[in-house]
Amino acid sequence: MHTKLTISQADRRPMYLQLIEQIRRRIAVGDWGPGQEIPSIRALAASTRVSVITVKRAFLELERDGVIVTRQGRGTFVADKVDLGRDLRGQELDEHLVAAAEIGWDLGLDAEALAARLREIVERKDEKRT
Amino acid sequence: MSELLELDGVERTYPFFALRDVCLRLDAGQIMGFVGPNGAGKSTTIRIAMGLISHDRGDVRLLGHSMPGEQAVAKQGVAFVSDDVGLYSYATVGWHLEWVASIFPSWDADYASALMRRFNLHPEKRVKGLSHGERVKVLLTLALARRPRLLVLDEPTSGLDPVARHEVLAELMAVLQDERRGILFSSHNTQDVEQISDRIAFIDRGRIIDSSDKEVFLDRWRRLELELPDGVALPSLPGVIDVDATGHLAVATVNAYTPDIPAAYQCAGARVHGVQRMTLEEIFVATVMTSRKEQAQ
Repeated sequence: MHTKLTISQADRRPMYLQLIEQIRRRIAVGDWGPGQEIPSIRALAASTRVSVITVKRAFLELERDGVIVTRQGRGTFVADKVDLGRDLRGQELDEHLVAAAEIGWDLGLDAEALAARLREIVERKDEKRT
Repeated sequence: MSELLELDGVERTYPFFALRDVCLRLDAGQIMGFVGPNGAGKSTTIRIAMGLISHDRGDVRLLGHSMPGEQAVAKQGVAFVSDDVGLYSYATVGWHLEWVASIFPSWDADYASALMRRFNLHPEKRVKGLSHGERVKVLLTLALARRPRLLVLDEPTSGLDPVARHEVLAELMAVLQDERRGILFSSHNTQDVEQISDRIAFIDRGRIIDSSDKEVFLDRWRRLELELPDGVALPSLPGVIDVDATGHLAVATVNAYTPDIPAAYQCAGARVHGVQRMTLEEIFVATVMTSRKEQAQ
């Protein structure tokens, strides 16, 4: 089983978010298949050199999102039905849109104005492409 | 019994320094990072916990045994590594391994050999000819191969090169695969502490100034970048410990963050340009500065 996850110190995001992203990616690319058992919290903490509490937090959020399932006394498994292949890119896009919305909010743009800006940008891109 | 170490109201007075009401608790399965500036009392606290220094007041329990009275029993399950733990200069590394193996029945010879290979140490070498880093690795090998319930490390990574630090952190994390064991380590390398600790305690001038789960620590703190249009004054908000304003820009440091804080600033007419998380180092410096300011008042 491929258990290698890496934490980047240059990445400004908190370590548990980096772990969540990498576990999702492992699942999305099929290294960790549906229903398959994944390494324990302590094993992952040891292999990534990250504290147990940080891995635990990543697991809790992944459980809450239905990506993984912990069965008491048996271990942690990838959920049986989890489709992250398309989801992952979609989520990335959502994150960028959230960031754009926040900047728009800071600039005092309402939803309409923000949507108009986005439409304008998409149209400009389309012109270039054709 | 899941507490490996418990300090309650520990005090010790010296002519120019005093430990005041030190309370710490380390549960099994956890790593605690103990962070403080030079001379803050880290080593004194650790030495009291190890029974090497007596305390004037308070209770110390090590693996459930009262210290310093029951230290002989307690120390069977504890390994302590510090710069000033002596090695015999004219003896070889191998001699030290055999000596420690003869004292502690829990000694794991296979693990000791594996560590020696990983740390690139040679048993026939004399301690006298070792570099500082190699000496630290010998001490760590002697401590780790005993497989103690509690490992106590005073500045384990200081003076190590990045590769050696990486190897040492990996070995410490490997210890935690066994949830009955635990580690207390002091450091002023906040990056190491941020990476591997489950719990963090800050000490300054003989007092514990903050202590909690690492994730809670990192979550509570934020830095807000604000723009103040003419005529706008920032309201004082709970949780904001410092506001540094110059011209039309201000930076607010928050130690109890909720989304209500930027919202309240926005309501007051300020513009929020950014909400940033802080590194443990930044949090540490801010905590020390705030605590010193409060004590000066």
